[in-house]
Amino acid sequence: MIPVTHYIFLSLALLTIGVIGVLTRRNVIVILMSIELILNAVNINLVAFSRMFGQVHGQVFAIFIITDAAAEAAVGLGIIIALFRNRETVLADEMDILKW
Amino acid sequence: MVNSLPTAQGLLPFFLAYIWLIPMFPLAGAFLMLLFGRVVRKAVVSAVCVGSVAISFFFACGAFLQLIARPADERVAQVILFEWVPAGVYHLQSGALGRFVADWGFLLDPLSAVMILVVTGVGLLIHIYSTGYMAHEGGYYRFFGYLNLFMFSMLMLVLANNLLLLFVGWEGVGTCSYLLIGFYFHRKSASDAGKKAFIVNRIGDAGFLLGIFLTSAVLGTIRFTEILPALTVSNLPVGAPVLTAIALLFFVGATGKSAQIPLYVWLPDAMEGPTPVSALIHAATMVTAGVYMVTRTNAIFQHAPFAMEVVAGVGAATALFAATIGVLQNDIKKVLAYSTVSQLGYMFLACGVGAFSAGIFHLMTHAFFKGLLFLGAGSVIHAMSGEQDMRKMGGLAKKIPITYWTMLIATLAIAGIFPFAGFLSKDLILGKVYEHGLLLWLVGYFTAGMTAFYMFRLIVLTFHGQSRVEHDVEHHIHESPKSMTIPLIILAGLSIFGGWVGWPEILRGSNHFVHFLAPMITSVQEARVPASEAAQAHLGEVELMLLSEGLVFLGILFAWFLYLKRVDLPEKIKAHTGGLYKLVYNKYYVDEIYDAMFVNRTKDLATSLGSFDNAVINGMGVDGAGWLTRYISTLSMWWDTWIVDGSVRLASRLIWLVSQVARMFQTGLVQSYMLVIVIGVVGFLSYYFWVLRHLHS
Amino acid sequence: MGTAPIALQYGFFYFFAGLAILCAILMVCGRNVVHSAIFLIGSLLATAGIYLQLTAEFLFIVQVILYVGGIMVLFVFVIMLVNLDVASRQRQFNKQVWLAVLLTIVLGGELGLMTHVDGSIFNSVNAPQALPANTNEVATALFQTYMLPFEIASIMLLVAMVGAVLMAKRRGA
Repeated sequence: MIPVTHYIFLSLALLTIGVIGVLTRRNVIVILMSIELILNAVNINLVAFSRMFGQVHGQVFAIFIITDAAAEAAVGLGIIIALFRNRETVLADEMDILKW
Repeated sequence: MVNSLPTAQGLLPFFLAYIWLIPMFPLAGAFLMLLFGRVVRKAVVSAVCVGSVAISFFFACGAFLQLIARPADERVAQVILFEWVPAGVYHLQSGALGRFVADWGFLLDPLSAVMILVVTGVGLLIHIYSTGYMAHEGGYYRFFGYLNLFMFSMLMLVLANNLLLLFVGWEGVGTCSYLLIGFYFHRKSASDAGKKAFIVNRIGDAGFLLGIFLTSAVLGTIRFTEILPALTVSNLPVGAPVLTAIALLFFVGATGKSAQIPLYVWLPDAMEGPTPVSALIHAATMVTAGVYMVTRTNAIFQHAPFAMEVVAGVGAATALFAATIGVLQNDIKKVLAYSTVSQLGYMFLACGVGAFSAGIFHLMTHAFFKGLLFLGAGSVIHAMSGEQDMRKMGGLAKKIPITYWTMLIATLAIAGIFPFAGFLSKDLILGKVYEHGLLLWLVGYFTAGMTAFYMFRLIVLTFHGQSRVEHDVEHHIHESPKSMTIPLIILAGLSIFGGWVGWPEILRGSNHFVHFLAPMITSVQEARVPASEAAQAHLGEVELMLLSEGLVFLGILFAWFLYLKRVDLPEKIKAHTGGLYKLVYNKYYVDEIYDAMFVNRTKDLATSLGSFDNAVINGMGVDGAGWLTRYISTLSMWWDTWIVDGSVRLASRLIWLVSQVARMFQTGLVQSYMLVIVIGVVGFLSYYFWVLRHLHS
Repeated sequence: MGTAPIALQYGFFYFFAGLAILCAILMVCGRNVVHSAIFLIGSLLATAGIYLQLTAEFLFIVQVILYVGGIMVLFVFVIMLVNLDVASRQRQFNKQVWLAVLLTIVLGGELGLMTHVDGSIFNSVNAPQALPANTNEVATALFQTYMLPFEIASIMLLVAMVGAVLMAKRRGA
């Protein structure tokens, strides 16, 4: 097996990109997609370590994460649709009603 | 000196035990008038008020009779009802113990017995007269109410057993005098006269009060029965300054009440009141209160020869002075007023030379004839429909005979014609004065002559000669009703026979009066002024009598001459004497001098005090207090706004400032929140990686 | 793939890793959202490849079917529902872009540093060469050890379904 640090670095890289996407993009759909990217990065990490230890627990955890990601994506997209219906916008910058 | 007897009423005979009722009957009358007088008929008012005085007179007679039933040295009855001002014990300067107690107590001894008889007797006659005189006047019940109140005060004055209670009566008569002088209150002159009487009286009263204070401080008592024992115990020498001071202060009070120089100015003005008031208060009773008081405290006066000299001197001067003014007056009542002042001067002259009994004798006879003169004058005025100027009278003798004859009798009495009452009393005085000194006797002698002159002037101008009466008045001239003439007749009888109780020994009388009063008079051997040598050698009593009778007849003759025979002369004399006439006619301008010196100065003081009050007390004090309060409230408001509120607002502003910064975090943007999370994570990781990791490993 | 020569393993790894990262970057930077979605699909497929390389076959299938076939299709549906023409003409990056990038690089850098410094502890672990059948193992673990979380996950999916319907429902309709 490849030394596990490679997978850690890969996961790290994807995490970084995902965080940048969350923090930086104005389009809420892209933000949601970046969140999926982050979850994905975490999955890679889990699976790598599960392989390293020869146990399957990491993969099971990864399955649950994917389940969770699905649910969250569904609800999140429902919210985006509701938001779009009310506000006519998908830009996060323009949804600042809770501003001081 | 006689001690006071036990006062338990069981030990005293009836009238003596109930002497305290004598003032109470008129008081009840006054009280009833106060409550019900307005709503009852005049007849009821008359019955109640005259009746109360009649009952008092009855009791007074009874008390007198029971008093003289006793031997001469036991004629003292003291009834103390209750202790009014409680006893205060203190130390005198001499070291003895003084006890100031004023009780509501009544003292009957020869002096007060004479006084209550005079007051209630003459008072009763005047009350009866008033029912006729005031019959057509308004305020009938008010008049009688005041009159009864006066009787109460006067009786309290003469029956008091201590100085303080006497002062209560003193003030009471002053108040009633004010009320009665100003009876016709809608006339400004009347109300002014009332005020003048009261204020001038007050000046005297100040002196009197100081005298009372000094008495209690020096002698330790104010009860009459205890003054002489206290004097003896105190061992103060005759002529001690403090005793002279007390006597002079008492005399100041007497000058106020009894109209002597310099406080006589109220009496002529007091003629504004109804004539019965002038008769009762300003002839017979109130003005004699001063003489009574001096006689009552003669023990102190006898110990202060200087004061006695002052009393005699002032009395003589007043007698002469008032007589000169009376000579030229045209109002019938003013003549009588100045005559009263003059006769009071005689009484004080008598007291001043030590002849207290003579003074009281003259007081009694004066009450008879002066009361009669005033009532007669009232009758004349009544007949003349209110005219009082003698220049508009004349020839009334045939028209109002009863009035004429009674007034003539009274004039004979006052002039001092033998054997009328006035002769006996005046001659007693002059005799005693002659023993004392020649100058004073000369003054009294000439004043007697002047008295005869101006009194007969009055009679001639009023009743004799050509009638100068105005036409429309002449028709109404009528004799007064019986209610007025009967008292006149009774008083005329007293003027004739009333003096016979003091028939002098030199004329083979027993002089009951003087002997009756003798126990009241202290005899101080050291103070007995040695009789002037000149007088002792020269004239005896009878010679003096003859001399005075001669002068009196001269005076009568002169009056007859000037006003009946040669009626043109008075005008010519007036034209020739010019300035002097004017001076005397205007009463020596004394009122004007007083106005300028005292009255207007007091008004100025009042005005300046008023402006002081306005500017300083109102301005600075009240307004200043207001300004100060508002200023303080402004400061307080500033404090409240800036410091109290300010600290609260400061706190809130600090929080606001902080929140202005803090709220910047609430962008409302989800991504900025996430940025903060990332910052937090980075921070924690840094802390872990750089700090903790090295510590643990 | 466990017993394949190591060079092949490296080769596959780098290939899929590079693909994943490339697609990720392109996704984040894209102007057109549909493009971003496609790139995300690409990234996810690359990740699936990584799973395969790690001999996690079941997860590889799950990733492709669920993640790509389910979630990303859902994404594409929603993208179609939302009007994106306006959005595509707007500025794509918000105001905090530079600070965020900086911070994230710091974050990544730190984590990388940590891994680099301490990563050698993993070398002592010897990964077993041969493993039992993956799917069997996963099934056993899932239905025995992790039964409860499995049921909870199903309830969660139910809740999410209801929630999504509720969220997207028109008011009053």
